[in-house]
Amino acid sequence: MIIAEQKPMDEILEFLQGHRKVLVLGCGTCVTICLAGGEREVATLASALRLGGKLETVEQTIERQCDAEFFESVREAATACDAILSLACGVGVQLAARLFGDKPVYPALNTKFMGTNEAAGKWAENCLACGDCQLGVFGGVCPVTRCSKSLANGPCGGSEDGMCEVDPKTIECGWQLIHDRLKALGKLDVLTGVAAPRDWSKTHCGGPRRLTREDVAD
Amino acid sequence: MGVRGWGCMGDKNTYKSGSNLEKLMAAGEFVVTAELGPPKSADPEIIKTKANHLRGWVDAANVTDNQTAIVRVSSLGASKLALDLGLEPVMQMTCRDRNRLAMQADILSAYLLGIRNLVCLTGDHQCFGNHPTARHVFDLDSIQLIRMVRDMRDKKIFACGEEIKASSKAVPHEPRMFIGAAANPFADPFEFRVTRLEKKVEAGVDFIQTQCIYDMERFQRWMELVRARGLHQRCKILAGLTPLKSVGMTKHMRDNVAGIKLPSSYVERMERSKDPKTEGIAICVEQIQVLRQIEGVAGIHLMAIEWESKVGEIVQKAGLVPRPVVE
Repeated sequence: MIIAEQKPMDEILEFLQGHRKVLVLGCGTCVTICLAGGEREVATLASALRLGGKLETVEQTIERQCDAEFFESVREAATACDAILSLACGVGVQLAARLFGDKPVYPALNTKFMGTNEAAGKWAENCLACGDCQLGVFGGVCPVTRCSKSLANGPCGGSEDGMCEVDPKTIECGWQLIHDRLKALGKLDVLTGVAAPRDWSKTHCGGPRRLTREDVAD
Repeated sequence: MGVRGWGCMGDKNTYKSGSNLEKLMAAGEFVVTAELGPPKSADPEIIKTKANHLRGWVDAANVTDNQTAIVRVSSLGASKLALDLGLEPVMQMTCRDRNRLAMQADILSAYLLGIRNLVCLTGDHQCFGNHPTARHVFDLDSIQLIRMVRDMRDKKIFACGEEIKASSKAVPHEPRMFIGAAANPFADPFEFRVTRLEKKVEAGVDFIQTQCIYDMERFQRWMELVRARGLHQRCKILAGLTPLKSVGMTKHMRDNVAGIKLPSSYVERMERSKDPKTEGIAICVEQIQVLRQIEGVAGIHLMAIEWESKVGEIVQKAGLVPRPVVE
C-alpha cells in the first residue's frame, strides 16, 4: 500500500492562513491502514485546527480519493468551505484539485512510498513502480528499490555484515538479501551473467505514465 | 612494438589503447599506480604539486571523480592537467553523477584530450559527501559502464547501438580506452565478491585495482578464489594499499569505513611507535613485499590519501625503482 505521514502542523497552518472554513477530507484506503489519513486522523487534525478559534472545520472521509466517483458525496460540503485539506496521498490531493477547480486544495500528508507494514508503527519501502518488474529474476527481492544505488549487477563495496553503508543500522543490503534468497533457492547462477542497462523509459523518466486496457476501456 | 599475448590484448600487434600502463602490463612488468585527488577549488597549484610528487615514481595515477561525493575539479579536467605535466592519468568515472549520455560524451572528450586509461566505478553514495540532498543518477552500474566503454572501443558503437561516427558516410572514430575497475575483497557477501569480479571480466575489464588491503589473510583467500577461476589470467590485478598516517587514521579505518577490514594488530603497532608516520610507511613497504610474492598480483595501487609526497619514498623503499620504460 501507499505509506504516508502527516506534515508538521506549522506547514499545515501556513497553508490555511486566511481561510475560515475548511473541509478536512480523509481517505478510507491506504492512508487509513497506515494511520495517517483515515477517519480517526481527520478527527484529531480537525480538532487541533479548531483550537485557535479562527478556523471552522467540516470532517469527511471518503472510501478512496483516487477515484472520482467517491467525491460526489462531499461535493456539497466542499462548496460550503473555502478550502480543502486532503489527508490522502499525492494522488488523491491531485484528483481533489482537479475535481474542485475553484477551491484551493492542500496536502496534509507527505506521501512516502509503497511498502509493507513491518511491525506496529513501522513501514518499509518495497516497490518503486519501475514499470518493468524483475522480481522473478532476483528471487523476489527488488534491486531497484532495496539497493540504495539501484544496482543491477550485485552489491557495491559498501555492503558489510548484511547492511548498507548508507545507514548500517537501519538499511539492509538489498543485494545481500538477493544473494541469500537465490542461494536458498539454489539459483545463484542467475547472478553470474551481466545484467544489461535498464530501460528507464518505462519508469518516470519516460514522463507521467498512463495505462489503457482495451479489454475494459469504454 | 613488442607485444606479448595475454588475455586483455586486442588486435594482433596493436595495443587496445596504447597507454603506458597497458604497455607495461603487456610486457609483464610489476606496475605501480597511485592516486591523485583533485582539489576542492580552482587552484591549479595543488594539482601541479601532487603531480610533481608522483611523476617518475609511478606508471600512471588515478585521478578521482568527486571522491567521497565531494565536489572537486573534475577527473576529466585534472587528468588533462596531469597529462600536460608529464604524468599519465587513469581517469576515474563514477555512475553517481552522470547518465549514459554524459558518460559517453566525457569518454569521447577524454580520448580527444589524450587520456587513455579509464577506471569504471559505482561511486560513493551522495549521503557521504557535501551535497547529501543531491539526486544521484546510477543510470548504469559499474559493470554496465565497463561493457559500454568496451563496446565503444571494440565494437565502435554507442550504448544505443549506433556506430561512433559523425555521419552515415564518415568512418568511425572510436575512443580507445584501457579499462579498469575496482574490486573489494573485504565487503560482503564474501563468496559473491569473486563472482562480481568475474562479471567485470566478462563485461570487458582489462585491469582491476582493489580496495586497500590491511587484512592480508582475507586477501590471500580471495586471490585463491580468483586463481581458481583463472581470472588473474584474464585481467591484471593491482593490490590496493593506503599507508597509515597516524593512530587516529588507523582507528578510523578500522571502525568507521565500510568495506575495509583492519586488524587491531596494526592499531597496536601504530600506538607503540614513537614515530607513527614512519611506522605507517614501514607497514606499507612490508605489505608490498608480501603482495609481490602472491601469484596473480600484477602490481600495486597506492592510495596515499592527501599524502602523495610519500609515494616516492614508499616505492623506493619497496625496491620498485627505477620504473620500467616500454616503447
